[in-house]
Amino acid sequence: MRSEIDTLLRRILTDVLGLKTGQAEHFTAGTGLFGHLPELDSMAVAGLLTELEDRLDIVIDDDEVDGDLLESFGSLLAFAEAKRAA
Amino acid sequence: MKVSSYLCPLPSGGSAEELAVAFDQGRSQRLLIIPALFDEANRMRRFTAEVMRRLDGAGVESFLPDLPGCNESLQNLSEMTSVDWSDAMQAAAAQFGATRLLAIRGGGLVMPGGLPGWHYAPVKGATILRQLLRARIFSSREAGREENSEQLLAAGLESGLDLGGYPLSAGMLRDLQGLLPRASDQLVTLDQELIGGGGLWLRAEPGEDRAQADALAAVIAMGIGG
Repeated sequence: MRSEIDTLLRRILTDVLGLKTGQAEHFTAGTGLFGHLPELDSMAVAGLLTELEDRLDIVIDDDEVDGDLLESFGSLLAFAEAKRAA
Repeated sequence: MKVSSYLCPLPSGGSAEELAVAFDQGRSQRLLIIPALFDEANRMRRFTAEVMRRLDGAGVESFLPDLPGCNESLQNLSEMTSVDWSDAMQAAAAQFGATRLLAIRGGGLVMPGGLPGWHYAPVKGATILRQLLRARIFSSREAGREENSEQLLAAGLESGLDLGGYPLSAGMLRDLQGLLPRASDQLVTLDQELIGGGGLWLRAEPGEDRAQADALAAVIAMGIGG
């Protein structure tokens, strides 16, 4: 079963990318994000992270955000889960 | 729909003409819409126009003015503070004979007092600023330059700062740090849950959503008639 954070992350990506309902259900850990989706530019990534902070009640330090973090759905999910647990 | 204009007071004194999108046949219910700020203004513009179209069908006039320094404005954004925007919206409200206000997202931070209305999806000034700073840091990083928020902001508070193509004055940055959505018994807050779906300001590419435009227009049309 998916974690609450997993579900939330899919919902935020649906909003940011303007996906149709259910499209984000097909995301796997290996689904590429930043660098794979041209529409995900720096402003969109900034919006995505700010939304994550708001909805998960976490603080993301800009230093923690690098290419690896945003490389795939799996890496972003692992980061969000670790943040929430901290 | 037509392009109208209003006389906007300028920070340096005097005034200038600013454009506004308007639905106006002289009907008595008149809504001034204060647009979302900066990048979100672009993403929300089509949605805002769609809401205006629906309100027109419901017999409500609506006006979407440019903030001085934004959109079609010829003014220099780097000379503006939030007070200038709030003064501009006050002038627009008076000139268009607004009976109600609708602020979208950060537009609520520069909403003039005195009129009842709605604030759709409020956001703190500090959140807007954080997001703009972040976008700048990420895009600099992609270009191989390391920057950080504290240093950028400290420099910006001295002499202004370009964030995402928006040259913001020290005063505007200072304002954004502290501005909070206004609470008033004349203002109804409309959260995204009420409108349904995901907030369009989050979209990487500007989008639209008929159901959301229907929902927001319905809330306003019902509220304005009552």
